[in-house]
Amino acid sequence: MAQALSVEDLLDAYRTMKTIREFEDRVHVEFAKGGIPGFVHLYAGEEASATGVGVQLRDDDRLASNHRGHGHCIAKGVEVKGMMAEIYGKKTGTCHGKGGSMHIADLDTGMMGANGIVGGGPPLVCGAALAAKRRGKGGLAVAFCGDGASNQGTVFEAMNLATVWKLPVVFVFENNGYAEATDSRFSVSCKDIAQRAVGFGMPGRIVDGHDFFAVHEAFAEAAARARAGEGPSLIEHKLDRFFGHFEGDNQKYRPPGEVQRLREEACCIKRFSAKVTSEHGITPQQLAAIDDEVAKLIDEAVAFAESSPDPDPADLLTDVYIKY
Amino acid sequence: MARKITYQQAINEALDQEMARDENVVVMGEDVVGGSGSDGEMDAWGGVLGVTKGLYKKYGDRILDTPISESGFVGAAVGAAASGLRPVCELMFIDFMGVCFDQIFNQAAKFRYMFGGKAETPVVIRTMYGAGFRAAAQHSQCLYPLFTHIPGLKVVLPSSPYDVKGLLIQAIRDNDPVIFCEHKVLYTLEGEVPEESYTIPFGEANVVREGDDVTIVAFGRMVQQANKAAAALAKEGVSCEVIDPRTTSPLDEDTILESVENTGRLVVVDEAHPRCGMAADISALVAKKAFSSLKAPVEMVTAPHTPVPFNGKLEDLYVPSVERIAAAVRATAGYAA
Amino acid sequence: MSTARIVPITMPKWGLSMQEGKVVEWLVPEGTELKLGDHVLDIETEKIANTFDALDAGLLRRIVAQPDEVLPIGALLGVLAPAEVTDAEVDEFITEFQKNYVPPEIAEEGAADGWKFVEAGGYRLRYSKMGDGARNIVLIHGFGGDADRWAFTQEPLAASASVYALDLPGHGQSSKQLNDGSVKHLAATVIAFMDAVGIDKAELIGHSLGGAVALQAAVDHPGRVSALALIASAGLGAEINAAYINGFIAADSRKEMKPLLEQLVADPELVTRTLINDMLQFKRIDGVGAALTAIARGFQDGSQQTVNLRAHLDGLDVPVKVIWGSKDAIIPASHAAGLPAKVKVTVLDGFGHLVQLEAAAEVNKLLL
Repeated sequence: MAQALSVEDLLDAYRTMKTIREFEDRVHVEFAKGGIPGFVHLYAGEEASATGVGVQLRDDDRLASNHRGHGHCIAKGVEVKGMMAEIYGKKTGTCHGKGGSMHIADLDTGMMGANGIVGGGPPLVCGAALAAKRRGKGGLAVAFCGDGASNQGTVFEAMNLATVWKLPVVFVFENNGYAEATDSRFSVSCKDIAQRAVGFGMPGRIVDGHDFFAVHEAFAEAAARARAGEGPSLIEHKLDRFFGHFEGDNQKYRPPGEVQRLREEACCIKRFSAKVTSEHGITPQQLAAIDDEVAKLIDEAVAFAESSPDPDPADLLTDVYIKY
Repeated sequence: MARKITYQQAINEALDQEMARDENVVVMGEDVVGGSGSDGEMDAWGGVLGVTKGLYKKYGDRILDTPISESGFVGAAVGAAASGLRPVCELMFIDFMGVCFDQIFNQAAKFRYMFGGKAETPVVIRTMYGAGFRAAAQHSQCLYPLFTHIPGLKVVLPSSPYDVKGLLIQAIRDNDPVIFCEHKVLYTLEGEVPEESYTIPFGEANVVREGDDVTIVAFGRMVQQANKAAAALAKEGVSCEVIDPRTTSPLDEDTILESVENTGRLVVVDEAHPRCGMAADISALVAKKAFSSLKAPVEMVTAPHTPVPFNGKLEDLYVPSVERIAAAVRATAGYAA
Repeated sequence: MSTARIVPITMPKWGLSMQEGKVVEWLVPEGTELKLGDHVLDIETEKIANTFDALDAGLLRRIVAQPDEVLPIGALLGVLAPAEVTDAEVDEFITEFQKNYVPPEIAEEGAADGWKFVEAGGYRLRYSKMGDGARNIVLIHGFGGDADRWAFTQEPLAASASVYALDLPGHGQSSKQLNDGSVKHLAATVIAFMDAVGIDKAELIGHSLGGAVALQAAVDHPGRVSALALIASAGLGAEINAAYINGFIAADSRKEMKPLLEQLVADPELVTRTLINDMLQFKRIDGVGAALTAIARGFQDGSQQTVNLRAHLDGLDVPVKVIWGSKDAIIPASHAAGLPAKVKVTVLDGFGHLVQLEAAAEVNKLLL
């Protein structure tokens, strides 16, 4: 199903994954230094999931994310400097400093928002898919949820509705093993989230979420089904997060050494690099050049965010309504 | 403007005219068609009380039955609104907000602000509220103060067939999320309604009756009750001005304040509970901004701080009656400092 | 007595809005022993047809309501009673029931109200006609008005004439989509209206913009107009209260509308809540804003009037009356000065622009 990926496609995918990783590693550092207010939930480790999906989305496709949303935003094409400034709460941010990390949205790029409410996005995605279906141009909508959200009633309702209305939706569950500090082996009542697809009358697949190519192939199948008007699908990405639930998480619920082991053994970027350099004729130098570009971009983004002004006091009262 | 139709027919006509005018308008809700997927007839119900009856035959798949899963379809309406449609979502009873509140107050209400002014969410959530049907505690509440409290939502309480049509068309054309509250007792109320499409702006109170002695501010069904009380009081020589704010958010403060500046006496009539409700809200407004005009303490006529009872006699006691309103007016009119 | 065992079957209330139902047919004959839930009869309401299932078990002794009868909710449809109850007791039960039964109040139908509609000049025009004298009079309201502006005029004139009052296109309940907002076009529409209702020749009485329309009709269609009465008329000079015109087009609230309407009369007390509400209701209708804008552009440019028909008065060979209120704040009464001698001019002291409402008796006397 998946279209053959060109070298250019693969380099783009690498750039996206690398951008997400550098962005998150840098936010981790800057947060620790005290430059970033509020809550941040980092996506590092899960890059192949957002990227394998994101590279296949059209501009008119819509994506609803969750509180761990930076990776989804970058993969959907939201501009990185604006994102960084938003996370800093600055006026130049994607949402003018009024949303923050958990509410980055850019409807022009089809990004319907990160979401501070676990399970908040899937019902919204059904509406976006309904709009796409009415437009009749093969658009689709994707909801990214975690294993935590997989237990929310809103998510069940959305999956049921998507089948009942035969909507072009793909529900992607990023099962990173922990909902906050609770293991999914405790909180999810079945072995795999993908099993739940049966109950909602849609196909469900389990995919190695560290493997960009597996993610890409599975999403291509689900997207084709959606675009052809055949209804929703569920994909469960088994993957890992490299940071805590939020920055400041002591992570004592994780066994000692788990994160270090994952960074070495389960890094989707390392796996991707090895594969494309051995099988697709891409050179380490090409990847290194992208690494440099990305490092520069993230440096610029942080500098931009740090030097940007706060919102004006008057901004407190604006944009509550379009007209009131 | 001689044609008389019911409140319910006026809602149906507004939906019909807006669906004809704009193909982005879609209607969704539980049994708004009735019969989807069954072996019997489609449009079997047209809404639990028949408000959307007939639209399916005209507009086909633009009117969608939903599973009974309010979070799912209310969220879908919100998401569709943020994606270019103008959904009118029917939530059968306002009491059911309890299972989909997140989609309304965390999602729809906040998109524009959280997203730095870049979202438009033109969703209308039509919902039935109020006591009087012996429908007991979970099908009879007046929860509009909850929505009024939330920035980002507009809240509409039409009190007549004329108003319900114009306000619903305005709600559908409005680019912000609107909670449109229809009192179930008003559905059979008849009144003059123009056949043409028209809009009534939000935040424009209706001075239902002019008077000089006491201002009565009443909401939704209570406008009828206040009018009856005012008519009775007129015979006793007490002249009441009855103000229907029409929308609780935005609120037409000026019309209320101007009236109280003239009368110096205020009775607020609200079928919702007394705490943190519209009666308390209007009283606070007047106490702050028209304090020097007040000649008597503000009277609040509300439901008690109890759930809605099932027993008919108890429910009749629960709902503010014409007699209670009249008594409150007499109390304020007769007050001497 | 065994009436305790006699049970009525009554018209059910199905749903909130049901007020009455029609008996379609009985599905069981008299003498049937009914069990709970048995199908008994079919009933049709405005919205639904449904089968009424037995709510009580018992012997169906009497069918009271016949097919096609429309009955309010709670009305007696039939009677259940055991066999030992006598027919006389059943009859007595029915008599008692009917005597005591009070149907719930049913909201009345909209009463007929004398307005008519006619297709003319590409529009659906609303009008009313009073009187049936040989003399035909057509009343033409002004900018933003409607036939109700003649509420105090039409009936008195109808004693001796057939008096028509119409809503111009874009106004009242006539079509709101205008083909053309010019005075010439509105004049042609009035002539088309006369064609449509079968008036060959009429006296035209116009108020404000309606005066200009009447005068234009007389100029363009000389054979059709037998006399003119121009009240506070447009088209006789340049000055006009453009702030009123622009404000009226823009106003969408009571607060904006009230001070505007107060300019129409010398005594602001005349501006009632009903008048303000009527104006707002009119303004809110789809298409009205565009229609008013087009019409306003047709006779003024935002500061003064652009249609001046004063020069045509000399050439008209029909009687012309001009009536004004001295305190007119929209179009100044000074426009009544300097008209040709044959024009009968009256300026009524102390009244405003809506002089036919404010000084109805005086104006009617002048028009008769």
